[in-house]
Amino acid sequence: MNSSSITDGLNTEYCVRRMEQPKTESQTSRKDGTMSQRIPDGMTRRHFMRHMAGASAWTIPALTLGRSLQLHAADLRQRHKSAILLWMSGGPSTIDIWDLKPGATTGGPFRPMSTSGDVQICEHMPQMAELMHHMTIVRSMSTSEADHGRGRYYMHTGYKPNPNIEHPSYGSVLSHELREGREELEIPPFVSVGGGSVGPGFLGMAWSPFTVTSGGRIRNLEMGIKDNRLADRMNMLYLIENNFDRQKRGSASQEHFKILEKTERLMTSPQMEAFKVRQEPQQVQDRYGASGFGRGCLLARRLVEAGVPFVEVDFGGWDNHSGIFPALETKLATLDQGMSALISDLEQRGLLGDTAIIWMGEFGRTPRINGNAGRDHWARSWSVAVGGGDLQRGIAIGETNQDGTRVESEPYTSQDLMASICKALGISLETTFTSNEGRPMKIANSGKVITELFG
Amino acid sequence: MWLNSNTVQFFVRRHTVFAVALFGLCLLTRWVAAVDTVNDFGIPQVAEINRQIRGVWQEYEMSASPPATEGEWCRRVHLDLIGRIPTVHELDAYLNAPVKTKRADLVKKLLYDDSYVAEYARHWTTNWTNLLIGRSGGTANGSVIDRAGLQKYLRDSFAQDKPYDRFVYELISADGSNTPGAAGFNGAVNFLIGKLDENAAQATADTSRIFLGMQVQCTQCHNHPFNNWKQAKFWEMNAFFRQTVVARQFETGTRMVRVAELTNQDFAGEGGQPLEAEIYYELRNGLLKVAYPVFVDGTEVGRSGFVSDVNRREELADLVVGSPYMSEAAVNRMWAHFLGYGFTKPVDDMRPDNIPSHPELLDYLARELASHRFELKQLMQWIALSEPYSLSSRMTRSNVSDDPQMGNAPRFSHFYLRQMQAEQLYESLITATQAHKTRSSYEQQETDKNVWLQQFVSAFGTDEGGESTTFNGSIQQALMLFNGDLIKRATSLDQGGFLHTIASGNLSNVRKINYLYMAGLARRPTQQEKFAANQLLLARQGDVTAALQDIWWAILNSNEFILNH
Repeated sequence: MNSSSITDGLNTEYCVRRMEQPKTESQTSRKDGTMSQRIPDGMTRRHFMRHMAGASAWTIPALTLGRSLQLHAADLRQRHKSAILLWMSGGPSTIDIWDLKPGATTGGPFRPMSTSGDVQICEHMPQMAELMHHMTIVRSMSTSEADHGRGRYYMHTGYKPNPNIEHPSYGSVLSHELREGREELEIPPFVSVGGGSVGPGFLGMAWSPFTVTSGGRIRNLEMGIKDNRLADRMNMLYLIENNFDRQKRGSASQEHFKILEKTERLMTSPQMEAFKVRQEPQQVQDRYGASGFGRGCLLARRLVEAGVPFVEVDFGGWDNHSGIFPALETKLATLDQGMSALISDLEQRGLLGDTAIIWMGEFGRTPRINGNAGRDHWARSWSVAVGGGDLQRGIAIGETNQDGTRVESEPYTSQDLMASICKALGISLETTFTSNEGRPMKIANSGKVITELFG
Repeated sequence: MWLNSNTVQFFVRRHTVFAVALFGLCLLTRWVAAVDTVNDFGIPQVAEINRQIRGVWQEYEMSASPPATEGEWCRRVHLDLIGRIPTVHELDAYLNAPVKTKRADLVKKLLYDDSYVAEYARHWTTNWTNLLIGRSGGTANGSVIDRAGLQKYLRDSFAQDKPYDRFVYELISADGSNTPGAAGFNGAVNFLIGKLDENAAQATADTSRIFLGMQVQCTQCHNHPFNNWKQAKFWEMNAFFRQTVVARQFETGTRMVRVAELTNQDFAGEGGQPLEAEIYYELRNGLLKVAYPVFVDGTEVGRSGFVSDVNRREELADLVVGSPYMSEAAVNRMWAHFLGYGFTKPVDDMRPDNIPSHPELLDYLARELASHRFELKQLMQWIALSEPYSLSSRMTRSNVSDDPQMGNAPRFSHFYLRQMQAEQLYESLITATQAHKTRSSYEQQETDKNVWLQQFVSAFGTDEGGESTTFNGSIQQALMLFNGDLIKRATSLDQGGFLHTIASGNLSNVRKINYLYMAGLARRPTQQEKFAANQLLLARQGDVTAALQDIWWAILNSNEFILNH
């Protein structure tokens, strides 16, 4: 079978499809001769061929497997930049984690601890303390969104919410920009583990987060039906889709087409093995911890190894309005274990230089400890931690005042952070998208690179 | 932003006569012919909607798309009124009804016929449950919210056509137990019962947003950046909820709530003076300010914290129900339900600087709703029979720019495509496969549906109960429709099931395929589709059942099935 002509055009099919409209009835017959079929109107010959190819049992998966095995797995790793966002949903108390204020009335009970880098962090992060030479803390984040929904949106997109436009999130932007050279990737390029993330906005559903549980379970992946039925069904489906799509009903119907193709590919891809976290040796699983977050970190490593450009791992429960300190002791132990295992694995496998790590939530928490021994929402002065890629390592950037209520150095925003991550991954800051409204939108909302993050 | 709506308003108000004259001049358009033939069914509200909507088309020099086909219209009105597509039987009956009033007859039937009460109530219960407590509200272990309790209240309310003002009053002022069967059960308490943490911040925000179309949550911490709403607005509203408390009874030895009760108790005020029960809030500069219960329009109620003097939530409920904001918010949401977009975007953010696309129509419908005793079914009928609701979703060269997704104000010159809600899809799949004939108990059905829905919902785990859904056309959704249990059941070949019945019936193959198309898409297959279906029959080597299964699978996965179009 001639495989290359069939699989080469995968990515461009849906664009071409609408331009070429074969009028003639060309006949093509399948190898076993059981079915001969006219190319449906509005479907290109190439597109049609692909389905015919798929129609002979497991041809496509077998080919893809063969190709992806040959395909320079090592090459993929070395060439490809990726990012992992550790999303601390609820707004973590960074004054108790990365920027402690011992002795101040706002300081809380935790002690600072020296680390392998030129920084001190919370005593409840002992394993991270030994890896801080790989990480950098930005202690001068100053933002203005202290509502969960708004903060979540702002920190994920670099834009404040606006009812007239949906902006793409980190995962959508970065996976879109890092798409080149990953034509063989059949796993969706933006995987969100254990949470929902924020959507692709005007980039379109093809760049939406593919959400899976921390155990890597994907619902409904198997059709449970034999032979060539999937391909035959897809043929019938694409015919109905084409009919509807040609009737000028707007972009929603075109988006759906791309999703159908991706779904079909995903179902038949051997790359999906990457999601099987449980196949890791037990001792590796133990190192990451039995928590959902730990498993999520392990899954992130496996996905990055498989060539996925963006993985977000959700870790919730930081919205500690009351009883914060005992709650934090438990959470920090989980965080410390999962995050340290991830960073040391990436380092050992030579992936850290190409993988940017971003640890953040939607905001920090009030320096003032409230009447319920908790801390409330606080966006004016807080910290994020970053590492990997081309980022400086082992230092703290910026500072807050003595009780943590104000940024004393140059304040940084979500846009600045996003711009810096783009730079660390080699993405041009001149990149400009066009929104639905036709408005040009600069990547990272024209944020300024945080210069200290680069040597 | 609807930048041009001022102009529209000006135009409509001051130049009605001129507009009518223009009508006569526009002889070149087919549009005038359309005006002549459009049916208002003798209902003045329908005529007024049509008039005002057309005025805007004229203003923007766009013409409407042609009408939707009868099949499409029948499908959409079923989806929007009772939450599922029509059965083949219902569709046939409608298509074959000869009378000119058949649309009005169908709307009346779906709204008022006894045989549809249960489905009508289920559909609107679903919508309002999602609105009031979200898709995940009450689903977590140990939650204080009883989802089934709220749904029982909503179902009863919709089944007995409770006027909207009464409904709103009850939800805001409710007290009693949350769980069906418990002493003093009042399912309405489940709206507020989970929103009282952090000094009832969420109760304040949700009550304002849902019933008044006002998003005050940002003013919890600061003055509104774009208008003159002050921080005080949030806290004065908040003061109405400060007598409200929740009493929980736990299962012995666990943290599982057995039953919870929402009650009012005397509020001493944060200053400790119950006759002047005040609350404090902090300005951004750290200063403390004081607030008492004051409604958004400035109306004050007594400051006493004693429930016997002033029942603050009852006072609030009275004020909400008596305010024009309530009717406007209700109309805006209802319009969006049928037409895909409201007059403002977002639909529940009607702050003064967010100017509506059709201010006069919004105002008109709000007044009509109030003067028709807040009967929601009247409003539904007016909208469902209106011209904009009857148009095709196919765009024309003249109205292709009418695309609210691009940030423009909606002109409603064609029907806006939209995904079915997850619940509509669920019910439609059950209808399309006639599984409704053998359904289990109502409670069991709702539980099954909810389990299915949870695969699309992820909760953020924050104090505001935010959630996101992946039921949005993503790969996840495609996988569910390709391979999920529901689809497996819908395409199953079990003895006595939908496909089995058709396949083993004595229709010709062509008619079997026609039947599937009507059941799923409310139309017959095209020539091409017939041809392809025949090819499929050949490929299945004459196994008609298997071929029908493949065709049915393709139909259920198509855009045409999952979109309301």
